[in-house]
Amino acid sequence: MLRTFGRLAQTFRAINERYKTPRIGMSGAVRASLMTLRVYLLALVLLMLYKFVTLLG
Amino acid sequence: MNIFAKLYYRLAKAAKAVQLYLVIAGPGIVVMVADNDAGGITTYAATGAKYGYNLIWFLLLLIPVAYYVQEMTVRLGVITKRGHAEAIFSGFGAFWGWFSLVDLMIVDWLTLVTEFVGMTSALEIFGIPGWLTVVSVVLLLGMIVLNGRYWTWEKIALLFCALNLVYIPGAFMVHPSVHDIVRQGLIPNFPGGFDGQLFFFLMANIGTTIAPWMLFFQQSAVVDKGLLEKDIPWGKFDTWLGSVLTIVVAVFIVVVTGTVLKGVDIDSAAQASAQLQETHKWVGTFMAIGLFDAGLLGAICISLASSWAFGEIFGWAHSLNTNIKEAPWFYASYFLTLVTAGGVVLIPGAPLVLITLFVQVIAVTLLPAALVFLILLLNDREHMGDYANTRLQNIIGGTIVILIIILSTLYGISVLFPKLFG
Repeated sequence: MLRTFGRLAQTFRAINERYKTPRIGMSGAVRASLMTLRVYLLALVLLMLYKFVTLLG
Repeated sequence: MNIFAKLYYRLAKAAKAVQLYLVIAGPGIVVMVADNDAGGITTYAATGAKYGYNLIWFLLLLIPVAYYVQEMTVRLGVITKRGHAEAIFSGFGAFWGWFSLVDLMIVDWLTLVTEFVGMTSALEIFGIPGWLTVVSVVLLLGMIVLNGRYWTWEKIALLFCALNLVYIPGAFMVHPSVHDIVRQGLIPNFPGGFDGQLFFFLMANIGTTIAPWMLFFQQSAVVDKGLLEKDIPWGKFDTWLGSVLTIVVAVFIVVVTGTVLKGVDIDSAAQASAQLQETHKWVGTFMAIGLFDAGLLGAICISLASSWAFGEIFGWAHSLNTNIKEAPWFYASYFLTLVTAGGVVLIPGAPLVLITLFVQVIAVTLLPAALVFLILLLNDREHMGDYANTRLQNIIGGTIVILIIILSTLYGISVLFPKLFG
């Protein structure tokens, strides 16, 4: 069991290593788009959490 | 003689072009017709029942919307030889890659559950129990992929796409008024004024036309099929034809329910089929067959979209041109997704309505991200070369993407907070 988890963790590490450096040039427009996407997703997650909390309440 | 020689030359050229297209045809048509999945059929049936023919013009506007988004996946897949999941990992790094992959896995699985809901409820109309539908569908989809050839899988999928056209004879059988369709349906109008409910329906129709799995599916299919640069124009034509077909089918569904069930509140396409059967037996039967076919097509594509994505990232063999011994993990993830999603439908008291609503909300987290990545990747001139987006393509594609993001977000929020839009 432990060995399986160990192998899985190794696979994830290898994937993270393989895609460590983004291939796309990080121009201003790309950075701005990714930052907007982060803010957008954070806002959505907060909305979902709010809905979840009000449902529980 | 000269005229006949010219005519012969032109006919031979046209025949060769058709032959060439038939070789390339597939990913665009399959993804677009599969887009009319069980959820899509319900949305169109409910739209027709609620607003009659009045929103047909809006559906027609969705043809270029679907085309311009999906066409980009053809170019990206052909040039990079990577599926959308791998393109995101490679282009934007592991953080955005994992986000997209996990989100895709959740959205696809939940959507697959809704496809099984559609298929079981469609066949229950004919007295077939749910467990038999689920078992038969899993076996059928297993047989389709296990033949070890992409070509065979694609041609079988195209056959199911042809069955999706069953709504067209159904629409003729209810004898709609062509005059009313043209007068009410083709002139842009907002029936009863632009209120919250109409806005919800417009957003639902957009939401069902562009789904996140479609981007991942078509790009992976293009790669698996092995399309080359010279095939891009045919790949685009294939996508265009698919966009037209999917909306034509949607329009005919609206015509059926707009003619027979106008004013009736429709909760599901199965309910519409059962109600249609009371007055138009064969039309209701066609509707139920179409619903089953839609769910089946959706299931074929969605389960593959996930398996392709996993294969790309985990480095497994992930082609339909491989057999189960060569790509065990690819097929294992395919069957695991299918069996678990089908199994949920059979659990008594499973929260299926909640799952259906949850799909729409979760999809909103993935769709904008996948679309933004798509536009950014298409502007990567270093790797896309001559196939990068032109300024005009960026204006059209960018506008469509921004509109889809705004409307799908509002749709997701309206599902979360139904009273927000009145």
